[in-house]
Amino acid sequence: MNKGRFGGPFHMRTLITIVFALLSSGALSQEGKDIEKLAFGESDEKIEAIAALVASGTPKAAEVLQALADGELYTAGKRVLMVKGDTATDAVTGEKIASVPDEKEDITVNNRLRRELGAALAALKLISPQVEVRRSSVKELLNSAEPAMLPLVRKALAAESDPQIKAMLGQIAAALELRSEDRAARLAAVKKLADSNNASTKTLLLGFLNEEKDEELKSEARKSLSAIEGRLAWGERLGVIFTSVSLGSILLLAALGLAITYGLMGVINMAHGELIMIGAYATYVTQNLFKGSAHFDWYLIAAIPVAFLVSALVGMALERSVIRWLYGRPLETLLSTWGISLILIQAVRTIFGAQNVQVENPAFMSGGVEILTGIVLPWSRIVIIGFALFVLLGIWLLLNKTRLGLFVRGVTQNRDMASCVGVPTARVDTWAFGLGSGIAGLAGCALSQIGNVGPDLGQSYIVDSFMVVVLGGVGQLAGTVYAALGLGFANKLLEAWQGAVLAKIAVLIFIIIFIQKRPQGMFALKGRAVES
Amino acid sequence: MTSARLYGPKGWALLGAFAAFVFVVMPIFNLYVPQESSFHMSTYWVTLLGKILCYAIVAVAMDLVWGYAGILSLGHGLFFALGGYAFGMYLMRQIGSDGQYRQPMPDFMVFLDWKEFPWHWWNSDSFWWCAMLAVVVPGLLAYVFGYFAFRSRVKGVYFSIITQALTFAAMLAFFRNAMGFGGNNGFTDFRRILDIPIATPQMRMILCATSALLLIGVLLLGRWLVTSKFGRVLAAIRDAEARVMFCGYDTMYYKLFVWTLSAVICGIAGALYVPQVGIINPSEMSPANSIEIAIWVAVGGRGSLAGAALGAGLVNGAKSFFTQNYPEYWLFFLGAIFIAITLFLPQGVLGLVNRFRKS
Amino acid sequence: MLKRRGVLKVLALSAALAAAGLTSQTAFAQTKTIKVGVLHSLSGTMAISETVLKDVTLMAIDEINAKGGVLGMQLEPVVVDPASNWPLFAEKARQLITQDKVAVVFGCWTSVSRKSVLPVFEELNGLLFYPVQYEGEELSKNVFYTGAAPNQQAIPAVEYLMSKEGGAAKRWVLLGTDYVYPRTTNKILRAFLHSKGVKDSDIDEKYTPFGHSDYQTIVADIKKFSAGGKTAVVSTINGDSNVPFYKELGNQGLKATDVPVVAFSVGEEELRGVDTKPLVGHLAAWNYFMSQKNPVNDAWKKQWAAYAKAKKLPNADKPLTNDPMEAAWIGIHMWKQAVEKAKSTDTDKVIAAMAGQTFKAPSGITSKMDEKNHHLHKSVFIGEVKADGQFNIVWQTKGPIKAQPWSPFIPGNDKKKDEPDGKTIITK
Repeated sequence: MNKGRFGGPFHMRTLITIVFALLSSGALSQEGKDIEKLAFGESDEKIEAIAALVASGTPKAAEVLQALADGELYTAGKRVLMVKGDTATDAVTGEKIASVPDEKEDITVNNRLRRELGAALAALKLISPQVEVRRSSVKELLNSAEPAMLPLVRKALAAESDPQIKAMLGQIAAALELRSEDRAARLAAVKKLADSNNASTKTLLLGFLNEEKDEELKSEARKSLSAIEGRLAWGERLGVIFTSVSLGSILLLAALGLAITYGLMGVINMAHGELIMIGAYATYVTQNLFKGSAHFDWYLIAAIPVAFLVSALVGMALERSVIRWLYGRPLETLLSTWGISLILIQAVRTIFGAQNVQVENPAFMSGGVEILTGIVLPWSRIVIIGFALFVLLGIWLLLNKTRLGLFVRGVTQNRDMASCVGVPTARVDTWAFGLGSGIAGLAGCALSQIGNVGPDLGQSYIVDSFMVVVLGGVGQLAGTVYAALGLGFANKLLEAWQGAVLAKIAVLIFIIIFIQKRPQGMFALKGRAVES
Repeated sequence: MTSARLYGPKGWALLGAFAAFVFVVMPIFNLYVPQESSFHMSTYWVTLLGKILCYAIVAVAMDLVWGYAGILSLGHGLFFALGGYAFGMYLMRQIGSDGQYRQPMPDFMVFLDWKEFPWHWWNSDSFWWCAMLAVVVPGLLAYVFGYFAFRSRVKGVYFSIITQALTFAAMLAFFRNAMGFGGNNGFTDFRRILDIPIATPQMRMILCATSALLLIGVLLLGRWLVTSKFGRVLAAIRDAEARVMFCGYDTMYYKLFVWTLSAVICGIAGALYVPQVGIINPSEMSPANSIEIAIWVAVGGRGSLAGAALGAGLVNGAKSFFTQNYPEYWLFFLGAIFIAITLFLPQGVLGLVNRFRKS
Repeated sequence: MLKRRGVLKVLALSAALAAAGLTSQTAFAQTKTIKVGVLHSLSGTMAISETVLKDVTLMAIDEINAKGGVLGMQLEPVVVDPASNWPLFAEKARQLITQDKVAVVFGCWTSVSRKSVLPVFEELNGLLFYPVQYEGEELSKNVFYTGAAPNQQAIPAVEYLMSKEGGAAKRWVLLGTDYVYPRTTNKILRAFLHSKGVKDSDIDEKYTPFGHSDYQTIVADIKKFSAGGKTAVVSTINGDSNVPFYKELGNQGLKATDVPVVAFSVGEEELRGVDTKPLVGHLAAWNYFMSQKNPVNDAWKKQWAAYAKAKKLPNADKPLTNDPMEAAWIGIHMWKQAVEKAKSTDTDKVIAAMAGQTFKAPSGITSKMDEKNHHLHKSVFIGEVKADGQFNIVWQTKGPIKAQPWSPFIPGNDKKKDEPDGKTIITK
């Protein structure tokens, strides 16, 4: 420890601060020392300083620690500064400084420090008057509480009125009291922990079982353990179901557009993936327009119609210029649309560069809901599941309740007949293709929230989406939905069992075998034609 | 019924000219004209031609199933790669102890701490065994796959999609180290065939000439096949399968035969390809590669075997040219070919040539 | 049968044309330039990473030419695009060496591309500079490896995470894309962890396929695993899969303070497409970070920004530098110095002159090429992701570390020599 460093500023301390610190000038100078240790010390010293500051529990300590956590604490020469916007305050003396010095330096915070800091701040906030602040700090402490915090936790527990927070505090206190000398306290703690749904409690209890000598306590601990394990197993099952549904919803979004262009119109659109990619880039461009605005989070809402329209327009242009001439020649369509996809990829690469572009999640899409401690359902996934349902509903309404839908279905079932009764089949084709492409754009908008946005985005979804459509059967939306969810579940269950690589292979082989059994997919249109 | 001639006199003459070029002109300019001479033909061109000839063989095989039987496979790269891997096993064994680790086993096995060869490497130090595997493995896979698919009357686009799924699944499987095929790095660093070093102009010339010989053989065989009665039944299946069935033909076996034959030809081409390019890895099985094979055929002219071979040459020649001179435009160009050919030249370049000749 | 003849005619004609064209090519090689080959994928899946390496190499060539070239001759870059296609890498390498007669080639990114061209360089006695961190287990006379070997990246990173400062991790998730670099690195790390007393039950090795984008299960598993004790994740996930992985980490609330992730393939360029706010505190281990403060780096960054702007490169508005770019930069400059020392571009003479070359690198050290093993001595830096996508260096080695291409943690390697062992190409 480099004591020499601390010499200077102490003499600078003004009378005023001493007057303000009437309570005990010794404690204050101790606090000043701690703050300087925090700023200039090595990691170990910094951590000591944090502990000392937390123990003092003064508002100033909280303020300094918060500033450090937020990256607002700097050093300039021998001074420690808190910089908020354009105003700087000397952290030790509390004195305002007229101008922020240029040669200020960051105080490096690494993970170890950040962890200590997080726990310290949480502990300080346990007695905050706001319920939400207390709730978040209790959550933070669930995994990071340390024995030294026990008195603080007890104090907070006594004062807490919110039942949920109180229960969590009880868990924290119990976890800390497992190491208590007092047998009764340990017994109470073990019993209390049976209510926990935190995976790390399990580890804690397992360790406790190894160390504890008392048989009665041990059997109690085992009881608690099995209760926790049962709950955790449920959580896990729930998690698997959620991830399966989530994967299924992504497959569904990616495949829905294809189900229309391929399923209803018989066009093999290998450029489908690139239409998804275009939707994602449309989202990116929309986001950039919203950058810096106060309503940044709303860009996603604006991006939905933009992505739909851009992809739909590109799709309609393709239909008019290329695909139109190839109706009834599915294999040729396949090749020419593959060519289109290459051109689209290279075009995007030329315009936006080969690198991925950054699409930020709006605030309401980050984070997640915690259904059990450790099982978090991310908002982005939940929103996408909802979005998939919304798109599905939209398509269903469009196909079944509108005139365009009627035409599309008519043309699908019997083109000649539809033409005879006056349906403008060529125009219907264009609209339907535009619709399918637009939905691909919507998928791109959704996918931009969870993955890469780059020129190759579409390539990674094209095989999967074809599998979904083929498995589901041509011409049936219901088939597509079942196939997407089915593949989602198959993939996720197998992945949990055999790893991601084998799961993917197994699913592909399953599809190959399935098609042998039912060459028209799960839901084939019934008909008597020898050739379809 | 007259048995149709394989080729007309001009056709034979051109084939002969091609053979003369590969078997006589190239060896002279490559091996016997000294390197300093401006008439020397560099070994680079020999390996490049050898590679393109292998692609041409694959294109002919593809044309047999697509152009004549109407089955579009998006998984022919798999058969090609399997042939390559089968023969690659032999080439790996021929490295002997000259690998990075200086041990008798292939480097990747040494690295994985394998003490003995996995079962599928049995007898892999035998040239003939591996050569046979290069034929049998793709053939067998194609037969089994085709048997079930054709029996269930999976056809058209469905068939194309499941062949794509097949090659995709195989690619993922071969990426795994546990498969015993070197994972993502595949097989490289080949040194000898039949104990003769590969990295000599003579050996490269021999490999190139063998590829040319095989191409000529495949062209003749394919030509004979499609001009026979068998070929006409195939074409009938392509145009109206149901009617052929109603005439009493069991179309399944016709399709199965030509499908399996095509896979076998691809396997042999793969076996010849690997020593010439010096690497085989799972990306040969990527769906995009297989689609590219279809475009070779479409460019050259579907339904004409020589056209398919020509298409492979043209597209790969263009690829070599563009990726050197205009790297950014290669994909634009390739994509434009796809579209232009399907829209304007359904008979490919050959169709264009014929149209000019007529007019 | 008339139709068929046309084909063959065309075929023969084109062959004849080709033959005529190729024979006349070599006649023009006598100009006052030195040709250097640039072999990076500009299209296909690897374009995302390799394009900038081409650009930085061209920038170096421009700079060298502006200062009078090498041995009084200008450098003439020959840029080819192997299109992320491995056989094409070998073909292009052969073309560069035999047709264009380049003195040296700068190129490759993936291990498989290097493995593909290696026999060509050895056969034709060419010279390759390979600028990317890789798995080691290779040493060729014809290659200079300017990226890190595993002991210059992976092992220091794990040591850091084991230390008190790094969080004293007890359990390890080794997560990677299923190919040779992650497999090798993880094998080395597992052996290293064993040597530090970590049990197999505390190591969880996981692989995902190329292009994997659904990390829900994996992140949930990491979470479960981490409940058993202080856990760190060592990620060798390849390129494109990183964004979905990090997004999932952030969304499932797995913070760096709970479970830090250290990555070996994630740098400034990879983070460009990521919203980094949820990732603050996750780590990367490299031999160079853009955020390093030293005069060499400042000048280099400025030069790159100006170059990107002048050439209207994509992303010129936000020019980034990263570790492989630095390695490529060092490579070409060292080659230049070696040529000047050897007074020749002859491969063997340049190889001899490369031994012990030094260059003031943007990473702030004087980079030295080892006298024997064809690898650079490198300092290792551990950086934490900052909210702006840059890295905050939290730890670094005392000085440059010598590369160990043959990792001592792989059995049998103790017998390997630390230099190319003069293996000759079998041509007889």
